[in-house]
Amino acid sequence: MKKFPAIFVWLLPLASGVLFVALWDGIRAVSGLQSWILPTPWEIVEAAWRERGHLAVAAAHTAVGALGGFLLAAAFGFLTSLLLGVSRVLRAGFYPWLLVLQMTPVIVLTPIIMLWAGPGLPGIITITWLISYFPIVANMTQGMLSTDMNHVALFRMCNASRSQEMLLLRLPSAMPYFLAGLRIAATLAPIGAIFGEYMVGNSAGDSGGLGFLVYSYNSQIKIPALFATAIASCLLGFIFVAAVAGLNWAVLHKWHDSYERDDH
Amino acid sequence: METVSPIVNFTSLQKSYGDGPVVLDEINLAVMPGDFISLIGPSGCGKSTVLKLVSGLSPWTKGGLTVAGMKPRQARDRQAFIFQDATLLPWLTAQHNVELPLRLRRVPAGERVAKARQMLALVGLADVREYYPRQLSGGMKMRVSIARALTLAPELLLLDEPFGALDEMTRNRLNEELLALREQSPFTAMFVTHSVAEAVFLSNRIVVMAAHPGRFHAEVQVEFPYPRRPELRARAEFQAKVNEVSGLLHEVEMPARS
Repeated sequence: MKKFPAIFVWLLPLASGVLFVALWDGIRAVSGLQSWILPTPWEIVEAAWRERGHLAVAAAHTAVGALGGFLLAAAFGFLTSLLLGVSRVLRAGFYPWLLVLQMTPVIVLTPIIMLWAGPGLPGIITITWLISYFPIVANMTQGMLSTDMNHVALFRMCNASRSQEMLLLRLPSAMPYFLAGLRIAATLAPIGAIFGEYMVGNSAGDSGGLGFLVYSYNSQIKIPALFATAIASCLLGFIFVAAVAGLNWAVLHKWHDSYERDDH
Repeated sequence: METVSPIVNFTSLQKSYGDGPVVLDEINLAVMPGDFISLIGPSGCGKSTVLKLVSGLSPWTKGGLTVAGMKPRQARDRQAFIFQDATLLPWLTAQHNVELPLRLRRVPAGERVAKARQMLALVGLADVREYYPRQLSGGMKMRVSIARALTLAPELLLLDEPFGALDEMTRNRLNEELLALREQSPFTAMFVTHSVAEAVFLSNRIVVMAAHPGRFHAEVQVEFPYPRRPELRARAEFQAKVNEVSGLLHEVEMPARS
């Protein structure tokens, strides 16, 4: 096979990005649509710069909500899966209900959550938590049940205690699954937080996040600023995913096959 | 004169799964200390099951089985198991993998580290102690697995086709190393294999098994003295023994094909 030049890995996405922006600009020019329906890329950049203070503060607020919900989901997801992995009774009793809960769109529950947890950060964290929780539980529980049977036999042959089997075998072998769950949760957490903020958008003042900005720019018909908010949200999501990818690398790169180098 | 009692003793053992077919029938075998017994036979004859019974991982239906005069499960401290694949924990280095059985028995860290180092050196892997399993070749992984099994100096070593996935050269070398290790720390071995030449080279007794139901068909004595040298493989007597066992294997495999 012909070698794929390494530089293309950077060059090609850049080229397609430039092409996309050029097309966008071209369509705008040819169609004669107005700025509040389809702003030019330049207008969006301009709006992002003009609103940079608001966007930064809002992104920081959203990051707090997203991180809070994400950490809660990670902690509770880990514990839930641990319990479900240890006990067949708990697994049989609760896992089907977890799946049922997962099928329930959180959007429907939002008003109830706001009523119970209160508007503002507590509600936003709760929504984020609920949205990020299930992929972690589903993945890690699967991991707890995917332990190599020969490894289990090896532990039994050494008369290993249940806690040794859990700590030295089942947990480490479930780690890649847990991290896969975290990766999905990392993409969902900022979405959950922004959605929560959007639903309680009236908590105004300086305390609103990106979701509140969406609400506010929309009502003022600041369409270029809305696009700028989308870019900020995307960046925030990227930071979350990158952080989890970093964690994943730190935990797995030494031993896991997914980090197998081509050179041996 | 003092009588030596068998380390593993099967008496008319039968095993079936529930009301299903009989997996093993009329198993009688006395494994004496110092024996190297190979079990060979067509797939489905239950040779791996025999090892699982000895290790206490699997129950039987009728008859008796004792290991060192005890129930198999109670004799686990006396034995070690080597699996078909190396069964190393991928998240532990070679060193930590070898330490594992000691760790599970709560041996103090200092002693554990020293013992594992010594075992790795013994199988020629002192240089790759800090490597993770995925960085090791198939043969090296199997050596780590052997080192792990021998850290506790077991009286009885159970080996379930340990070299089946390796190329012939590596397999031959590991066969020689296994016998050399036995000279240093003597153990009794029960060895499941598909390779007649391997069985003849390693064992003093070979049990040929038949399938449906799994049963013992014949036993062959292999009288070449230990320590055995690689040159043994080239000798006419060796070839004659291989032919004898192959012939017996042929007898039990023919009906299954018809």
